[in-house]
Amino acid sequence: MSDSLNYFRQNRLPHIWCPGCGHGTVTGALTRALAKLGIDKNNVAVVSGIGCSSRAPGYLDFDTLHTAHGRALAFATGIKLSRPDLKVIVMTGDGDCTAIGGNHFIHAARRNIDITTIVMNNSIYGMTSGQYSPMTPTGLLGTTAPYGNIERPFDLTKLAIASGATYVGRSTSYHVQLLGELIEKALLNKGFSVVEAVVGCPTYFGRKNKLGGAVEMFEWQKDHAVNAKAAAVMAPEKLEGKFLIGELYNQAAPEFTAEYAALVDGVRRKYDNFQGGVRECAQNSD
Amino acid sequence: MRTEFRLSGSGGQGLLLAGIVLAEAAILEDKFAVQTQSYGPEARGGSSKAEVVVSEEDIDYPKATDPDYLLALTADSYRTYGKLQGKGLIIVDSSVQLDPEIKARTTAVPILETASVGLGRKVVANIVALGVLGGISGVVKAETLEAAVLNRVPKGTEELNIKALRAGLELAAKAKKA
Amino acid sequence: MPNAKLMQGNEACTLGALAAGLKFYAGYPITPSTEIAEMCAEELPKIGGKFIQMEDEIGSIAAIIGASLTGRKSMTATSGPGFSLMQELVGYSSITEVPIVIINVQRVGPSTGMPTSLAQGDVMQARWGTHGDHPVVVLAPGNVKECFELTVKAFNIAEEYRVPVIVLTDEVIGHMREKVVLPDQRQIVVSNRAAPSTPAGYLPYKADQDGGVPLMAPFGAGYRWHVTGLSHDETGFPTNKGEVAGNLITRLMRKVEKAEPIIRDYATEATDDCDVLVVAFGSSAMSATSAVRQARAKGVKAGLFRPKTIWPFPEEPLKEIASRAKRVIVPEMNLGQLVLEIERLVAGKAPVERLGKVNCELFRPEEILAAIMGGSK
Repeated sequence: MSDSLNYFRQNRLPHIWCPGCGHGTVTGALTRALAKLGIDKNNVAVVSGIGCSSRAPGYLDFDTLHTAHGRALAFATGIKLSRPDLKVIVMTGDGDCTAIGGNHFIHAARRNIDITTIVMNNSIYGMTSGQYSPMTPTGLLGTTAPYGNIERPFDLTKLAIASGATYVGRSTSYHVQLLGELIEKALLNKGFSVVEAVVGCPTYFGRKNKLGGAVEMFEWQKDHAVNAKAAAVMAPEKLEGKFLIGELYNQAAPEFTAEYAALVDGVRRKYDNFQGGVRECAQNSD
Repeated sequence: MRTEFRLSGSGGQGLLLAGIVLAEAAILEDKFAVQTQSYGPEARGGSSKAEVVVSEEDIDYPKATDPDYLLALTADSYRTYGKLQGKGLIIVDSSVQLDPEIKARTTAVPILETASVGLGRKVVANIVALGVLGGISGVVKAETLEAAVLNRVPKGTEELNIKALRAGLELAAKAKKA
Repeated sequence: MPNAKLMQGNEACTLGALAAGLKFYAGYPITPSTEIAEMCAEELPKIGGKFIQMEDEIGSIAAIIGASLTGRKSMTATSGPGFSLMQELVGYSSITEVPIVIINVQRVGPSTGMPTSLAQGDVMQARWGTHGDHPVVVLAPGNVKECFELTVKAFNIAEEYRVPVIVLTDEVIGHMREKVVLPDQRQIVVSNRAAPSTPAGYLPYKADQDGGVPLMAPFGAGYRWHVTGLSHDETGFPTNKGEVAGNLITRLMRKVEKAEPIIRDYATEATDDCDVLVVAFGSSAMSATSAVRQARAKGVKAGLFRPKTIWPFPEEPLKEIASRAKRVIVPEMNLGQLVLEIERLVAGKAPVERLGKVNCELFRPEEILAAIMGGSK
């Protein structure tokens, strides 16, 4: 514990999250995974967008970047391509990542850039007090879905896999042990990694949908999550209304910054280690 | 003294490159040169226009105002820009039927035919045209044009392009006598 | 003359960026700026730099801010629609004081407009495109050589003052080819951001309240600092105190205001005794130069003031020259943007005439000459 506490800016605590919110649990799981891997805190950049979950980097003792809504992955792409030696982690939420940031998400996955993305999915826009998000289940309520959400939600893990992510897992703030293991493996994966953490938002999502308080929301996670390994041998009807947790995809593929480094090596060999400055350049004609 | 060229034809004829080489030849002779173009979907077909201004002095306004030379390789470009032509000379390809409405001084030169029949490669029509413009205007020397062509054309095509340039210069000499 | 070269404006901007130390480019293809991206894709790997084509312009500006935070000089290039998309993060760069350079090769708008045609309609967007009071510097090259020089300058200003700097060119200057003699690389003055010497006690936003520029640590160097687009105090962490937020905005604005006499850049022609003063920038100034010369040849005392820094505008020099003029004419390829600033500065001391044009064709010199000769309307 003391090791992972070392990754916090303790003078920034206590945090702003509501009682029963899962974001602190996820942030804790991340720091424990980093501590377990013994990652040098001078060698980490944590990037976030806007929303409740995106406040996490402020509490963490790394180089931290709290950006604009939806753009964390694009900023992180710049950092990682510029400094491939840094461990780059993105902390985001369901709205930030899959609505306004959806395009950056699929393209970061497509490039398989070595960024670990932790998506805290509370099924709601918490910071703006409870509007429905692209991951709010159909039929449930939000302040902008007062008659029930008629839209269909994303399955973020399927979206990540289809887009080209090379490590994808899902856990919940109830299954903390598993969450830590998934984050650890995500951090070790050389490529784009996505861990979805299903978390409760008792203040808005829970209250609006009459799902009870923090405890009831944890119980809901416990009752509705099925480990992917167990699910593999279960009858489909038993999985009705449940969601899978565990490692859902793990398949190596060429990583973007490594490919770019190889390209640079090749080009520089060809151009005799040219050192920069004004020079003749190929010019476009029509 | 400012000499203005307008090179017009259809997209894909390589007139932009001809304009660039003309401007680069002028620079090789220590003159000032500016090249502009109509840029857009024309580059993929349709009418196209490039302009070159050459001067002994610094050039303020980069576009042709009253071209000394209008090159027109197609009927369309001849009609469009020929009507705007003032004091300057129109150099039109022989394949284009002349329009009595267009009053500017005009000389017809077999540029396209020289490229496709004489040289057997219609892609070098732009370099033939460059030779014609350079020869008729006398704005740069023939050897400077050769050097400028060699600086620009792809490796392996030098001989063909120099042949094309010289063919253009010969056409110019004939046109001047006529 | 071995160094003389026929060069495109977009090419000169790219070479200027490389000369200034560009190491990271992110962008999205858009006419008429694309040559800059193409050339960066080709050149940056040769010097160990990085290029990435992002999924859109928002991603592009985000990526260059991220890369700049790691200490690499970074830029993007775009045109109207892409520039509009970037605006939110122009504000982010302003408030976080992360240096970036944006080259905006203007085209006709609004919306998709005429992608391959000339306009100068982004004068106000370049200054006020993002929400809130914010500092920004905008430079406007008037020819191909200045595309090189002002892009170098853009990087230097971005680095010295930690502001986003926009190089505002246009379709004509971007695509025209002109004879250019580039300076020797050794003669080019290149500035780099000031960095702290130790992480101990580092306060990332501590600076003289009167427009000071804080020291900037690169990410990945052990400083472990926090960057946010929220209003923040000198620690870099968000604040809810209105007074602290207000002090931050005031310092940011004051930073550029204070820099104006230092970064100020403009050219004049025949302004010593001019009765008719033409104020023009970018490609319009090429036509205006020709018109002023023709007017002089006809015995009319015309002069040209050509700002190269348009935001902040070189106020004092213009006021001084305009104070002696009987008339001021402002030709621009829009229906009246820069002229608003000129009217403000001339402040009624001479009539200011608008000469706007939005038909996509560069002013012919005689159009401006007619205005010079025409007298007050």
